[in-house]
This record gives sequence, C-alpha cells and structure tokens, in this order.
Amino acid sequence: MVRFAFVRLVAGLLAGCIAAGALAQTTVRVAFIDPLSGLMGPVGNNGLHTWQFVAELANRENWAPGVRFEIVPFDNKLSAQESLNDLKAAIDQDIHYVVQGNGTSVARALIGGISKHNERNPGKEVVFLNYAAVDPDLTNGECTFWHFRWDANSDMKMEGLTNYLAKQKDVHRVYLINQDYAFGHQVQRAAREDLVRKRPDIEIVGDDLHPLAKVTDFSQYVAKMKATNADTVITGNWGSDLSLLIKAARDAGLNANFYTYYAGTTGVPTQMGAAGAERVRMIYIWQPNIENFSGENLVKEFKSHYNEDFAVMAAYDALRGLAGAIRKAGSVEPVRVAYALEGLRFHAYNGDIEVRASDHQVQQPLYISSWQKVDGVKVKYDQENTGYGWSRETTIASDAAALPTTCQMERPARPK
Amino acid sequence: MARPARYACRPASVGGARLNAELALISALNGASYGLLLFMLSSGLTLIFSMMGVLNFAHASFYMLGAYCGYQISQWLGFWPGLVLAPLSVGVCGAAVERYGLRALHTRGPVAELLFTFGLSFVIVELVQMLWGRPPVAYRLPPELDGSLFTVYSVEFPRARGFVMLVAGLILGALALMLRYSRIGMIIQAALSHSKTVETLGHDVPRIHMLVFGGGAALAGLAGAVGGALTVTEPNMGAQIGAILFVVVVVGGMGSLAGAFFASLAIGELDAFAKVIDRSPADLAAALGAPIDPANPLYGLWSLTLSQAAPVLPFLLLVVVLLVRPRGLLGKREDR
Repeated sequence: MVRFAFVRLVAGLLAGCIAAGALAQTTVRVAFIDPLSGLMGPVGNNGLHTWQFVAELANRENWAPGVRFEIVPFDNKLSAQESLNDLKAAIDQDIHYVVQGNGTSVARALIGGISKHNERNPGKEVVFLNYAAVDPDLTNGECTFWHFRWDANSDMKMEGLTNYLAKQKDVHRVYLINQDYAFGHQVQRAAREDLVRKRPDIEIVGDDLHPLAKVTDFSQYVAKMKATNADTVITGNWGSDLSLLIKAARDAGLNANFYTYYAGTTGVPTQMGAAGAERVRMIYIWQPNIENFSGENLVKEFKSHYNEDFAVMAAYDALRGLAGAIRKAGSVEPVRVAYALEGLRFHAYNGDIEVRASDHQVQQPLYISSWQKVDGVKVKYDQENTGYGWSRETTIASDAAALPTTCQMERPARPK
Repeated sequence: MARPARYACRPASVGGARLNAELALISALNGASYGLLLFMLSSGLTLIFSMMGVLNFAHASFYMLGAYCGYQISQWLGFWPGLVLAPLSVGVCGAAVERYGLRALHTRGPVAELLFTFGLSFVIVELVQMLWGRPPVAYRLPPELDGSLFTVYSVEFPRARGFVMLVAGLILGALALMLRYSRIGMIIQAALSHSKTVETLGHDVPRIHMLVFGGGAALAGLAGAVGGALTVTEPNMGAQIGAILFVVVVVGGMGSLAGAFFASLAIGELDAFAKVIDRSPADLAAALGAPIDPANPLYGLWSLTLSQAAPVLPFLLLVVVLLVRPRGLLGKREDR
C-alpha cells in the first residue's frame, strides 16, 4: 500500500511538472493535407518539405515566442473524399490548423468540412491556410471566415498575364489547355474574357480540357496545337500535367510560347531544360531572381537539405503570418488568431504583404518571369540543376494586382 | 454582383483543330504506338487466359513491376541492360507465382485463381511502394532516343515512339513465329485446346503453364520497361492501364491473340483520334440544320466534344461490345 501511494505521488509530481512546462511552451500542430503519392506526389512532397523547413526555421528563430510549430503530414491522394477523412483524423488528434494547396477541388471540400465542424464545435475551431488553391470563388461568393489564401487567385494572375501578353505583338493565335475541374474552368473563362477585352484581334484557335492528373501522354494535344498553328499556349496546368505537356511539346518540336501559372512546380523545369529557353513564361508571387531578394540562405539551405528547389514562397508567408497573428493575439486559440490575421501586414521576401480582411485574399506583388540561361546578373539561381532559371520580366505592384471581391463574410462573435 | 457562369464545357465559338491529312497521319502513328504497347500487355494476358482459364488480375502489376525493375537496373547498369534484364526478372517472378501459387490453387477452380491474382496485384503495388516510395521515380529513355525520327509535314515524330513501335513489332513478330513454327509453340498451341492429349503424349503440361505464365509476365515487364520510361513510372501506372487492358481483351475476344492485336490497335487509334476531334453532337446537329437550343437541359451533354469524352470511350466500347457481341471480335463461342 505504501509503495502504491509513493508511485502515485511521483506520478502526480511528474504530471504537475509537465503541465507547468506546457504553459511556458506550446506546440501548435499544423495538419498538412496534400498528395504525397501518385502523379502529383512530387509537387506535394516539395510542398511538405517547404512547410517542414519553414516550421523548423520558425522554431529556431522564435517567430512566435513560446510557440513551437510541428507539421503533421497526411497523404490525401489528391482526393476530396480522402481529404475529409484526413481532416477528421486531424481534428481527432486535436489539431486546429490545416494547410493545403494542391487542387481547388480539395480546398473546396476542406472548407465545407471545416465550416460544418466549426459551426458544431464552438471553442474547438479549425483555421485553414490555403497556400496554392486559387479558384477565385473561394474568396468571393464562397468565402468563409476560416479560410485564408496566401497565393494570388486565378483571376488576379490571369489579369496580370494577359496585360503582359497584350503587349506582345507576335501573339496572334492562342491555344488554351486546362485541367477539367473547377480551377481549370476558371483559367479558361478568365483567359477568354480578358483576351476579348484586351486584344480582340487574337484568335483562340483551340480550347482543351483534359482529366486532372491522369494523362501520361500529351502528344495528341500537342498534335492539335501544331495543326491549329497556335503561336501561344495559355495553361493553368501544374505538376505532371504541365511537365508531361511540355515534354510532349518538346518531342514534337512545337514552336509556340507557353504562358503558365505553374512552370515553377516540381518536375517542370527538368522537362523545359534548354528547349524551353525564352519560350516559357510564368506568373507567381515570387521567384528567386526577383530584384532585392534577400533570402539567399533560405534558398541555399533548403537546396542543401532536400536537394530540391525552394519554390513555394506562399508557404513561408503563411507560416510567417500565422506566427505574427499568434503574437498579435497573444494566444493560439483559432478564433483569436483568425481575427488577428485579418488586416495583418508584414514585409516578406516577395514584397509587402497584407491579409485583406474583407475576403482573406492576401494582397502582394506578382512577378512575370521568362525561362532563361543563368547569366549571374538577371538569372542567378537555376532550377532543378538545369543551368536555366527565371528571369524577371515585369513586376505587378500589390495595388495593381488587387481585384475587388464580392465576399460577404459571416464572422463568429469576436472573443473578448 | 453575380459572377458569370463558368464554362462547364467548351464554348461553341472555338474552331478547334481541323482533321487534315497531317493531323490524321500523326494521330495514326501515335495511336499505333500506344496500340502496340497495349498489345505487348494484352497478348500475354490473353495467352494465359486461353491456356489456363485464368483472368490474371495481376497482369498490369507485372507491367508496373517491369517499369520499376527497368528503372533500378538502369541505375546500376544503364538503360539497355535494363531493357533486357527487367523483362527476364519479371518473367521469373511470374513463373514463380504460377509454380508456387496458382498451381496449388488449380484444383479449386477459376474463382480461387482469380481471387488469388486479384490479391496479388495489391501485394505487388504495396511492395513496390515500400521499396521505391509512392511518388514517381526518374526513369527516362537514354539520350540516344531523344529527338525526332522523321517529320510528318511539320510535326516531328519522336524517336522514342518509333523505338517503342520497333520493340513491340520485333517481339510480337518473334512470338507469332515461335507459336506457329517452333516445336514448343506447337506444343503450347496443342495444350491450349487438348491439354489431356498433350499430357498423355508425355509432355509436362504444368511446366508449359509455368512457361506461358512466365512468358506473359515477361512481355508485360518489357512493356513496362519501355512504357514507364516513355511516360511516368509510379505505383498507380498498372491500375491505369489495367482497366484499358480488360477492355482490349474483352473487345478482342477472350483468348484470341489475333483479336487482342486488332482490339489493341483499335483502342490506340480510337484514343488518338477522339482526342483531336473537337466536335460535339450539338455541332453535328447544327451542321445538319437542326441546332440544339442552349437552354435545353441536356445541352451540356450534347455539347460535350469527342476530345472531352475520349477517356471514357474505351469503356463505352466495352459495354457496347458486351451487349452486341459478347464473345468479342474474334473470340470463340463459349459452348463449353
């Protein structure tokens, strides 16, 4: 009996120590839900590595004093259904922050699941940091208080891309090719609307939709591009859907320029190589060769750690923002942090950033870049060891990239 | 402010590609190279079926295994040794599966065998994921095969595709000659229809089964070693092509080698041509002078172009063939 009491005493003391420690040091676990297998596996893994790397950096540099970030990965196989199971598993593990980027279809499902959960479980809310799913509807008609988008949305990108394209005199015949799901349809619609407005003389000679992450051979689509004499291809394709498209274009000797959102995603630079030089353009919130980029260590350390390129700056910004909001709120409670995120401003590697309160669409500059040989001046960093990298063509300032929103957000009661 | 409705499908104003001689020729070539790759797979599947009565669900997994073996050997010894050794190793795996798995189940009837291969396909996928991980591996054709073989009008036909056609053609020619003119070929053919008689004549029929199963697996492995390098090598590649494979075997007629050949090519060409035809039933109706009203509730379906429907066409063909001609193109009538 005595011995038993002693054990209980020790156990009680230990538990007390652990509880006291927890007050001083909190761990914020972040569920990462993205494809880690299949055709889009490399893109998802690069995203995961970025989040893990940035979390490590945040812990080392103490971005939010007393708070440690830990990334908990889930492989959703790019399926909305699978993602909802992952979300449930994350909630069961008492995780309150979710990050995802690949696939608007998945993001939409997560937003639905999170809204429902938050409605039913006040005090146990989940906040969603979206680092790459860019369907404009998610910050317009379908906006919610729990969703924050750190990448620029598809309409903002297309506006910038077509402003640039409209000035290129050699563009006459445009071919659109996109993935057959919500995001691809948005790119298709925005491209048509913007081109008609800005360059009515341009003829749209082709408009394809193909299944997402299923096509392994694009040669027939490229044959069509050749047959229509397209001089320009506009595509929102990402991951394998862009790398394999470019591979097929290279194999068939297609002589057209590509205007893309995602030529910076894993696997695409390798396929472009020398054949893509001066042919491929990309619009994104960042690339390592932008003016005054000061994150040399970030890029180099990531490369030496994972032997991959640091590409997903939106993930870095999102964690910086989350840490900033935790600091501002003085709490890790999701509702307080979400309120603190609204209107948050900070200076990041890709420029000045503002989390717009009205729709939770982050406002930031956009950069259009072209694929060029490394010259040490305009192109310092190459991609995927190809000797080629992104050369900045033009910068779209944050206010020029901004678009109005139709979002009418319902907000929970502001905690006191 | 209401946002404009999304285009669920291609707006009618787009011209799209015109199917001229140039596009038709390049489509025919692309379709043939895909079709030949399919035949490398379906020939083994159909041979195994006709000899052993087993619909081998793991066949597409041998395809995937071939790609991974090819990748691994290419890392050690280079692409060309991999091209030879990968099919051999997959063939040995196949033979082992027959010898130590299927043979024991043979007395339990075809359902047990079918379930065995079905389970095996999952085991192979999991093993491959454990060994090589879930994302794709960087398995590529050697630089000698980069560049174009010849130019059709203005489209370059890639050397890589020519190579696939060459490999498939050579192997399948050799297979046909062997089956028709060699002694072992004759015994295999005899064992297909009269296995009891062949056994009575002193031939080891179980050993022939093992050879055929191993040979079929080796063909699938070769297709994988080539197809994986041409496109993408990842654990799901078998599941993707496996579905098409069953379409080929059913459409061609279960157990018919010639049927599998024609069905493979037909599905390759169907896929290639469907992808380049940007015309929908609505366009056809408009051309015939009876345009369909866009307000029609089914307009979305009618305006679906052939190119958008391309992924589903093989399966549509499967359904139609089963309804109209259940024994397939060249299948034997099932009077057993």
